[in-house]
Amino acid sequence: MTEERPQGRPGPDGPDDDAVPHPFGPGRLGERPAEAEDTAEPEPEPSASDDPVEVEAAAEPEPPIEDEAEDTAEPEESTEPEDAAEPAEPEETAEPEPGDAAEPEPARSKVAITARRGRDPLAAALIGVLTLLLGFAFAVQVRNVGNDQALSGAREEDLVRILDDLNAREERLREQISDQRTALQQLTSSDSQSATALEEARKRAEAIGILNGTVPAQGPGLTMTIRDPDDAVRVADILDAIQELRGAGAETMQIDGVRVGVSTAVTGDPGGLMIDGRPINTPYEFVVIGDPQNMETAMNIPGGVVPRINSRGGSVTIEPADEVVVDALRPLDTPQYASPATGN
Amino acid sequence: MIPILGLAAGVLLGLFFDPTVPLWLQPYLPIAVVAALDAVFGGFRARLDGIFDAKVFVISFVSNVVVAALIVFLGDQLGVGAQLSTAVVVVLGIRIFGNAAAIRRHVFRA
Repeated sequence: MTEERPQGRPGPDGPDDDAVPHPFGPGRLGERPAEAEDTAEPEPEPSASDDPVEVEAAAEPEPPIEDEAEDTAEPEESTEPEDAAEPAEPEETAEPEPGDAAEPEPARSKVAITARRGRDPLAAALIGVLTLLLGFAFAVQVRNVGNDQALSGAREEDLVRILDDLNAREERLREQISDQRTALQQLTSSDSQSATALEEARKRAEAIGILNGTVPAQGPGLTMTIRDPDDAVRVADILDAIQELRGAGAETMQIDGVRVGVSTAVTGDPGGLMIDGRPINTPYEFVVIGDPQNMETAMNIPGGVVPRINSRGGSVTIEPADEVVVDALRPLDTPQYASPATGN
Repeated sequence: MIPILGLAAGVLLGLFFDPTVPLWLQPYLPIAVVAALDAVFGGFRARLDGIFDAKVFVISFVSNVVVAALIVFLGDQLGVGAQLSTAVVVVLGIRIFGNAAAIRRHVFRA
């Protein structure tokens, strides 16, 4: 590009036309000799653009240019504003141009000075209108592209592509939604399941704890007191009492503050009885939770616990109650050899 | 001076009125704007060259716009509108670059 600089004006032509084939290159250098042909050609614009160049080079610039401008300005004025406003219709402007280019020759002899006076405002007005239109269209287009309305001006294939993109994106998002929904469902259901299981396990642990004697218990039941002034009550009597009570529906019990569980042992001699190795003293106090009616009946059965103890010289009092508390605890028997069987 | 004033006034008017571009014109307006810009650059260059002619400018302005829009219109009719408008923009862009280079040589002597 810089090599062209010594050539002075690289582009002798007007605003357009010749720049297309050789925008930068040396084609411009070769244009000068070709100008004579250009003027001879019927094409309107090269001739129009070449005219002023030759005239200027001839150092007699003013009059011909003025005449041309004056003559062409008038017919164009009526057509141009419309054409610029509706660029999609090519015919209207294409037609006047050749006529205009041919016209100025006879009119060239007209008065140059008046033409110069008359040209300026008209050409200036035309240029002003055109540039104003350009600026207007530019601003409108920039605004338009900024809006979402740009879609309405897009071409069909572009729209199809955009639509495809949007569809694919929608599909991806839908998949994501369904994935998340499934995950949520799983989490919720597992949460509720585990909550249910936890509740169930807790209930079971409570029941087992009550039966096993590891948690305190309360409920309807009875308090049975055995007095044994003669130290005649034996291990078998206490065991019988426990078995009978269990048989009558006792759920848990304690004897003299010792909780009775599944592995409770009653040992010792009359007068020195022990439960799980801990001595109990007369009067032996049984606190039992269960159906009071059934248990009292079971105790008083003929040949049962109460008659037998009475026959040995002891005495038994039974007091049913709506609410008794079994608060003695026994340590948990952790199985040493047994473990839960699997597969059931 | 007049072109600059016209451009500024046009931009202001366009921003102020903010009209809706009719649907049928929307594919052609950007092309027409680029073509007109090309004419304006060419005019500016001719002015710097000392050979500016109002008639040439006006005609080239209008014919640029019309031809560019016509090419795009034909392309749309033939189903290659997108490609043809790309081609028009490329050609006009090259011309604008060429004119800008000439203007640059005038203004900066480089």
